[in-house]
Amino acid sequence: MKNIDSHSHVRGESVYLDDIPLVEGTLFACVFDSPIAHGKLIGVDTTEAEKSEGVHRVILATDLIGENQIGGIVPDEPLLAESEVHFQGMPIAVVLAESEELGRKAAKKITAEIEPLPIVTDPRIAAANGDLIVPPKKFMLGDLNTAFGTCEYVFEGRTEQNGQEHLYIETQGAYSVPTENSGLRVYSSTQGPTAVQRAVCRVTGLPMHQVEIDVQRLGGGFGGKEDQANAWAAICAVGTQLTKRPVKYALHRMEDMRMTGKRHPYSSDYKIGLDKDLKILAYEATFYQNAGASADLSPPVLERTLFHCSNSYFIPNVTATAYSCRTNLPPNTAFRGFGGPQGMFVIESAIAKAAEELGVPASEIQRRNLIDNGDEFPYGQIAESDAITSWEQGDAKFDFAALQIEADDFNAGSKYFKKGVAMIPVCFGISFTKTPMNQAHSLVHVYTDGSVAVSTGAVEMGQGVNTKIAQVAAKVFGVPIEAVKVHTTNTLRIANTSPTAASAAADLNGRATQSACEAIRNRLLDVAVPLIEAGTPEGVTLTDGYVHLHGVRTSLDWATLIMTAHLERVNLSEHAHYATPGINFDWTIAKGHPFAYHVYGTAVVGVTVDCLRGRYEVDYVKCCHDFGMSMNSAVDNGQIEGGIVQGIGWMTMEEVVYDAEGKLRSNALSTYKVPDIHSIPKEIAILPLETDRENLAVFNSKAVGEPPLMYGIGAYFAIRNAIKAFRNCSPEIDAPFTPEKVLMNLYS
Amino acid sequence: MIQFILNNHDISTDLPSGSTVLDFVRYRQNLKGTKIGCREGDCGACTILVGELGDEKVRYRSMTSCLIPLANAAGKHIITIEGINPEDGSLTPVQQAFVDESGTQCGFCTVGFVMSLTGHCLESVSPHVSKGSVSPAGAAISAMDGNICRCTGYKSIERAARLLSEPPASAGGQNVANGSRIVPEYFDDICSRLSQLAKRLRLDQPITRAFLPIVAGGTDAYVQKPEFFAEVEATHLFYNDELRSVRDLGDYIEIGASATVTDLLESPVMNAIFPDLYKHLKLVSSTPIRNMATIAGNLVNASPIGDMTVWFLALDASILVSGRSASVNERGDRTANIPDVVREIPLADFYLGYKRLAKTDDEIVTAIRFKQPFGDFRFNFEKVCKRTYLDIASVNTAISLKLYDAGPPVPAVLLSEVEATKPRIQTAHVSAGGVSPIPLYLRKTSAFLMDKEISEETINLAAEIMQDEISPISDVRGSEDYKRLLLGQLFRAHFVELFATDPTEEISL
Repeated sequence: MKNIDSHSHVRGESVYLDDIPLVEGTLFACVFDSPIAHGKLIGVDTTEAEKSEGVHRVILATDLIGENQIGGIVPDEPLLAESEVHFQGMPIAVVLAESEELGRKAAKKITAEIEPLPIVTDPRIAAANGDLIVPPKKFMLGDLNTAFGTCEYVFEGRTEQNGQEHLYIETQGAYSVPTENSGLRVYSSTQGPTAVQRAVCRVTGLPMHQVEIDVQRLGGGFGGKEDQANAWAAICAVGTQLTKRPVKYALHRMEDMRMTGKRHPYSSDYKIGLDKDLKILAYEATFYQNAGASADLSPPVLERTLFHCSNSYFIPNVTATAYSCRTNLPPNTAFRGFGGPQGMFVIESAIAKAAEELGVPASEIQRRNLIDNGDEFPYGQIAESDAITSWEQGDAKFDFAALQIEADDFNAGSKYFKKGVAMIPVCFGISFTKTPMNQAHSLVHVYTDGSVAVSTGAVEMGQGVNTKIAQVAAKVFGVPIEAVKVHTTNTLRIANTSPTAASAAADLNGRATQSACEAIRNRLLDVAVPLIEAGTPEGVTLTDGYVHLHGVRTSLDWATLIMTAHLERVNLSEHAHYATPGINFDWTIAKGHPFAYHVYGTAVVGVTVDCLRGRYEVDYVKCCHDFGMSMNSAVDNGQIEGGIVQGIGWMTMEEVVYDAEGKLRSNALSTYKVPDIHSIPKEIAILPLETDRENLAVFNSKAVGEPPLMYGIGAYFAIRNAIKAFRNCSPEIDAPFTPEKVLMNLYS
Repeated sequence: MIQFILNNHDISTDLPSGSTVLDFVRYRQNLKGTKIGCREGDCGACTILVGELGDEKVRYRSMTSCLIPLANAAGKHIITIEGINPEDGSLTPVQQAFVDESGTQCGFCTVGFVMSLTGHCLESVSPHVSKGSVSPAGAAISAMDGNICRCTGYKSIERAARLLSEPPASAGGQNVANGSRIVPEYFDDICSRLSQLAKRLRLDQPITRAFLPIVAGGTDAYVQKPEFFAEVEATHLFYNDELRSVRDLGDYIEIGASATVTDLLESPVMNAIFPDLYKHLKLVSSTPIRNMATIAGNLVNASPIGDMTVWFLALDASILVSGRSASVNERGDRTANIPDVVREIPLADFYLGYKRLAKTDDEIVTAIRFKQPFGDFRFNFEKVCKRTYLDIASVNTAISLKLYDAGPPVPAVLLSEVEATKPRIQTAHVSAGGVSPIPLYLRKTSAFLMDKEISEETINLAAEIMQDEISPISDVRGSEDYKRLLLGQLFRAHFVELFATDPTEEISL
């Protein structure tokens, strides 16, 4: 089953924000953003811009009718700077012009008088200054201090991790169109239509029922359009409110890179204690999250760092503390993994360091500490674990020891090329850690011609969620997938949506769709029973476009059944709600059962480092991955491959560079490098883990969006191992491993 | 008036000649299949095909439409995805391969990939494939080296490319793959339509205004100053056939200034001299950019890390420049493209300082020439960046060596085993980029290497001299220390590449 969008994608007929036909009178927005990372905003001079050709109006914070605030979790983010600027790229003014070019030209004529204030870009300095977004968060299990006393070995260290630019190929954007009675219809490239709706309502002062948000699809999101789509939609909405004209803003790539936040960089300290059998008895971690200038989604990202601080391992004594540090960078935000990768990277660093000191392979420590059924995570949930199974099934298929021997043999015979191998188990919890977000709706209509329309809160951004939802409806109704159309995500049809995030959109919206379809199906079966003279619905099913009785096809087809039901005045529509059962979390004690289930997997990553030039290639990533019962292996394998490559990019070539002034130096595709077709692993092998465990996913298929990204962490440690094969050294753990860091470690 | 064929339609437009083809197709022609990703030629979402008439045949090449001025479309066949889509709503073999292998997720980059791979399928089999420099599948994959996808991880796209490159899928230049047409039937008439257009354009030859900024491929101009070039009137030199040839003149090889990197890559003259040409030029930007970027553009752009500049510096090349003022009439109109006042400047003397050139603004580069190599000639090019391909160098360097002819051929054996017959350098030219405000000809290093035996000692001493010739600074492409270390390593890599049989082997240099 291919992605249902693929036909229109390859013909270039799929519609993205910038492709929406324009309404007459449309104006184009362009933001003037702060050239200074921190300062007092004394004044803004828009005179020249207002005189500029084609300019309709220039908007400042003081023009807003509603509240100048778009902070979703913490109200600390003005839409337009008012008295202070907090990062380079912070929007200050908006030009509305007759064309994009004229708008851009005019925006360049705006000047701002800004009295500089001290600039902080380092999270540890922010923490030392006490400048935190929210109070520190802490997870504790067991008794750390006593436990360290009983350890045979204790190692401490520090790790650095840089951020990651989302680089969705479609930039951020929105298009706002006035509707009658001062209402608004806003097309937005967002993962969170309701978040956009709230932001728009806040800045315009409109009630939510006056504002319609519509999302066709995104040209990539990866978390970058979860909260950070809000500003552009709010700007367009304000523009429409003030001018009564449609306003569009599709960001230029450099505007997008400069003005939006990225994956959070972290600086972390760790302390790990092991017994003589390499069992990890105690682990202490302190995370300094670089949140940027405002909260955005930093607090829940910080929480997920804690949730995944022990990755796939059972450690009886853990204390993990996390600080969300306010700096003068664009507000960092959600990015595939949502803080989880950052937590995992630190425990993997601690294990690598311990292994290095003890002269044992890191894989020995990893293997001996995998979490088992019944073990407790640091947050109190009891594991239903497949960590060991995925390691063992992966080993049986790929032979981890043989891969290491192959690398060792190669290295013995090669001077300038060295191979490195690393294992990376992954355990990722599925559910929003904020329990109330784990709900979804689906609206299903069956039309009298038998065609089916589905709307949900899920946003299609390439991950194939619409394909899975169509599959659910087609399966429940027993009709071909072509009979089902999944429509835009629209707040008038589906209210109060959770963002498409946390890998959970197919689970939540798929379950809601299943309920809606089943309710309609049950009514249809009641209609069918007398028609096929069945007596009771027992044994009556809908399959292949026909009503079946005890598995035998009757003469009653789908279209006839639907028309009959309609004539009998049976409801052919359903709006269903789904809330994940059995999950909870109590932050007062930092314990609970936050996740519906976990996804497990184990990967082995092999690299070759050219020690003459400091370049490297990834030879393979081989993983045993827990799909549950995959609903769509073409879609799911695509998520694995894409996640792995994105994770490798984060760990290797993708380097977000800010200078001391808080200016983004890696501000274009020419200076920020994501993997291209030549830099991907030569081989990606995916072995589906075989288990038959029940879970809370739709049709027992597990979420797949985020977990594979973390296999990329293996690339970092494989490169590190290759360097150590060239030269006896202990490279600092400072991701990403750019060719520069590789060469410097090889020779200095 | 700019005239060209867009898909199946004849276009005449009075729009500014510097506005981009991307904006033209999306916003003037409402062809929304071509996407905007970065507007600097680095993502490939806006890739289109440009067909050019040559020898009774139209050659199609992929280009990023964000960097193409309308003027450079004149007389060409411009193809967007809408010009490829079968009218009955079905898919071409390339599109079908992407669907079959799930090579599309969010879909935003997909059209660019489809265009690149379609262009590849329309090409005749590359001589580099015939020669074995690259496999058929490898060539198909490399055709998409200018396209960035953030969703798929490219594996499915690789599989799609393989589907189309395994026999009998692609007949190579026959417009058929897997039994279906790669492009629609109207393409059959394009050759004659372009010929007729060419005749009209010749009658209609515009007079070029003097003293205008010059745009060649536009691949840097449109990255650095897109707004400026979109509006300004310019002299467009791209596709000026007189300026495009690569000629063997006996003592010299002469390359027309408008020759693109792809022209070099496909030139029999260049391939005969440089056996590793494919490997080396693959490191230079990407296929669509190589299809547009001109050699002279790279030279006059004076980027300290210009790949082709570093390449030609190590060939001790010189450039020919012509004064433009010579043939301007009293109204200031120029009457010919190439005036006759010509002078030759050694490339090594061309760069006076950061972006300062030893030529006047009125002089244009017409050709690059270098001495025909003879005897035991060795050449190597090295480049390291954050991403090996489709990236700008942190440091690049090239070397050419002429060895004394004595002794047995060295490459067949390990150096450590031929102590007695160490090759001896007669002349050497070494260049480096990214280590100075200008692309650098390393005079002292080159001079030092003359008459030296190749040995560990020679290399170490030369590397020390080299460190005194460079002045790298820390920037987004690397720290000063890194660039110094890296150049030293790449200098060493030249010798490993040129004198070791297998660079993975232990060698003693």
